[in-house]
Amino acid sequence: MELVLSPEDEAFRREVRAFLAEKMPPEFATRTDTGLRMSKEDHIRWQRILYDRGWIAASWPVEYGGTGWTAMQKHIFEEECALAGAPPLIPFGLVMVAPVLMAFGSQAQKDRYLPRILRSDDWWCQGYSEPGSGSDLASLRTKAVRDGDHYVVTGQKTWTTLAQHADMMFTLVRTSDTGKPQEGITFLLIDMHAPGVTVQPITTLDGSQEINSVFLDAVRVPVENRVGEEGKGWTYAKYLLGHERTSIAAVGRSKAQLRRLKAIARQEMSGGRPLLEDPDYALRVAQVELDLLALESLVLRVLHDETAGKGPSADPSFLKIKGTEVQQGLTELLMEAVGPYAMPFQPEAFRQENWNDEPVGPGYGPPLASQYFNWRKASIYGGSTEIQRNIIAKAVLGL
Amino acid sequence: MSFAFTEDQQLLADSAARFLADKYGFDARRAAMRADGGWQRDTWRAFAELGWLALPLPEEHGGLGGSTVDTAVLMEAFGRHLVVEPYLATVVLGAEAVASAGTAEQKAAILPAVAEGGMLLALAHGEPASRFDLSRIDATATRAGDGWRLSGHKAVVLHADCADRLVVSARTSGTATDRDGITLFLVDPKAGGVTLRPYPTVDGLRGADVILDGAEVPGDAVLGPIGGGLAVVEAVVDRALVLLSAEAVGAMDATLRLTGEYLKTREQFGRPLSSFQVLQHRMVEMLQAQRFAHALCYRAAGAMDTTAGAERARAAAAVKAEAGRAAKRVGQEAIQLHGGMGMTDDMAVGHYFKRMTMIDMQFGNAGHHLRRFAGLA
Repeated sequence: MELVLSPEDEAFRREVRAFLAEKMPPEFATRTDTGLRMSKEDHIRWQRILYDRGWIAASWPVEYGGTGWTAMQKHIFEEECALAGAPPLIPFGLVMVAPVLMAFGSQAQKDRYLPRILRSDDWWCQGYSEPGSGSDLASLRTKAVRDGDHYVVTGQKTWTTLAQHADMMFTLVRTSDTGKPQEGITFLLIDMHAPGVTVQPITTLDGSQEINSVFLDAVRVPVENRVGEEGKGWTYAKYLLGHERTSIAAVGRSKAQLRRLKAIARQEMSGGRPLLEDPDYALRVAQVELDLLALESLVLRVLHDETAGKGPSADPSFLKIKGTEVQQGLTELLMEAVGPYAMPFQPEAFRQENWNDEPVGPGYGPPLASQYFNWRKASIYGGSTEIQRNIIAKAVLGL
Repeated sequence: MSFAFTEDQQLLADSAARFLADKYGFDARRAAMRADGGWQRDTWRAFAELGWLALPLPEEHGGLGGSTVDTAVLMEAFGRHLVVEPYLATVVLGAEAVASAGTAEQKAAILPAVAEGGMLLALAHGEPASRFDLSRIDATATRAGDGWRLSGHKAVVLHADCADRLVVSARTSGTATDRDGITLFLVDPKAGGVTLRPYPTVDGLRGADVILDGAEVPGDAVLGPIGGGLAVVEAVVDRALVLLSAEAVGAMDATLRLTGEYLKTREQFGRPLSSFQVLQHRMVEMLQAQRFAHALCYRAAGAMDTTAGAERARAAAAVKAEAGRAAKRVGQEAIQLHGGMGMTDDMAVGHYFKRMTMIDMQFGNAGHHLRRFAGLA
């Protein structure tokens, strides 16, 4: 059931492929394939290659430096990049804060930040969750108190992905305690190098450090860094959630993972035959592949609806739930593929550059268990599966 | 078949619970993992003094002659505290192989030392191509004078890094997957031709790959019948499957308790998470999985000492399939119910999740044993 593309889209796909073959550093593909972590420099290097080609902002309007692509072209581009093993684009600037700035930011904010985002001059992170406010985000307590031309911000943000690299953080803070909790929230842009900002890494259960606590101790934020009006932050955050929600399905990444899974399961042996020919295992692989096919089908439908100008729906919630299940199903099958060799913990084999030793077991084995552990996060972050179900129950079923 | 614990078993359960509650909290376990070798010699000595190392060993060799149910009681307690000491490797796998197949001299030389805590063992059987198949052995042993010369690669040998003796399987005849022709040897890991590649495991234990390159062992290193080693390994592993399941049952119990406590204290939307019915039902499903695995586990433990051959194998496959599936699922759900906190290394729940995931993988996952169970009908 291959995607039937129009001749124009087919030509576009060939153009993207040719570009990737020519311009993407081959070590990215190797790193993706072996599960080696991408560094900050890798990400920036790749994003600047795309910038030079004019392809960094697939979903931005042309007037801001976007591509002006159709929904289908965006989908093709994302998929081809993933299949080629390109580093994933860091979404916090490009996909998350930029649309909010375009819609609600001041002219000065647009002029300052949007070009810097395009050029990857600033690394952005997202300051939403707090220790006491996860699924119930509106209960957040980080306080911003007006003092002349500044807000003085005090509180703690948590699960802040890659804050250790960040120059800027877009943040939800509390500017009022009266009325509904949602009404006292303001959207601020905080300079991560400002006095009073402390980033503390959180080690996750797989031993990696990609998330952080961000402590804000009387950080002085100029009022000009407020986006839109005071007390309207929740509305802006919700706008962001309704925006660009098909990428959350990660169809391209999962297709690349499925390809990797099959390659590994062809090499691993079970009962003297390739594991992929083991009927039980093959059926489970087929089930995930089928789920992925269904997921992609809904993504395409949503893209079509977007193009046709239909308003936001709860479809992104379906995509988030299923996309997560597919990602987690793939990491589970990958871990199981190597059997007992899932057990040795050899982080140097996938975290250290230039580690020249040989791991025990197959070369693709070392990251698989850690990856499985790490991807449990996917059904928790960005609105947990439970929260997505609540949204569907309310918005679609009217319960 | 009796489901009630005997008085001795109840005493053992109580004393294990008390000792571990006192000495083996989450922080103590982390300290043990950071210690040289990844576990604590002091703890091991305490296990010896409590009689736990002697528990399943034969009375004529310094043991207490305990049943599989007795050892399951202990392993369940170990699971509750994620004990990292090499009990499974030394007592359940290594000593059991010696006790069931060794000569009087071998037993006398090894088992009392194990019981006293002075000797550590490991079972070096699986190989890179074996996956979960116990008969797929390519390592070879050829005659060399009065002794033997061993070559091959043993994969992911739990606690081989600290073992004083390895129980190594190798082919003295036949080719991979032949049931006959596998022979067991007692090998000194420091002997010439033996190389270890040690590592921590993802679930906080230690292990090593063992490379045998013409390692020479004397004639009296043969353990059990020449060419008849597979049956010995199968019996040892079947019992280990039940005891790993007991460990899983204990780990699931602790995980449920941690998760329940978290749901009661964590408030979102102005009320504790535990008040949401949708989460209550998730907890009930997890508890169901644990309860049924628990019941099946002790039934199978009894069967280990009263049945043999296919009947014993079927009981072992049944419980490992059930407990492995349950443990993996309970681990996933516990992380999800903890939300972001469940993903952090500082919370105990993640460590239970990792161990339970790997219990499923050890000696064959749920799918493997379900297929075995079906095939042995």
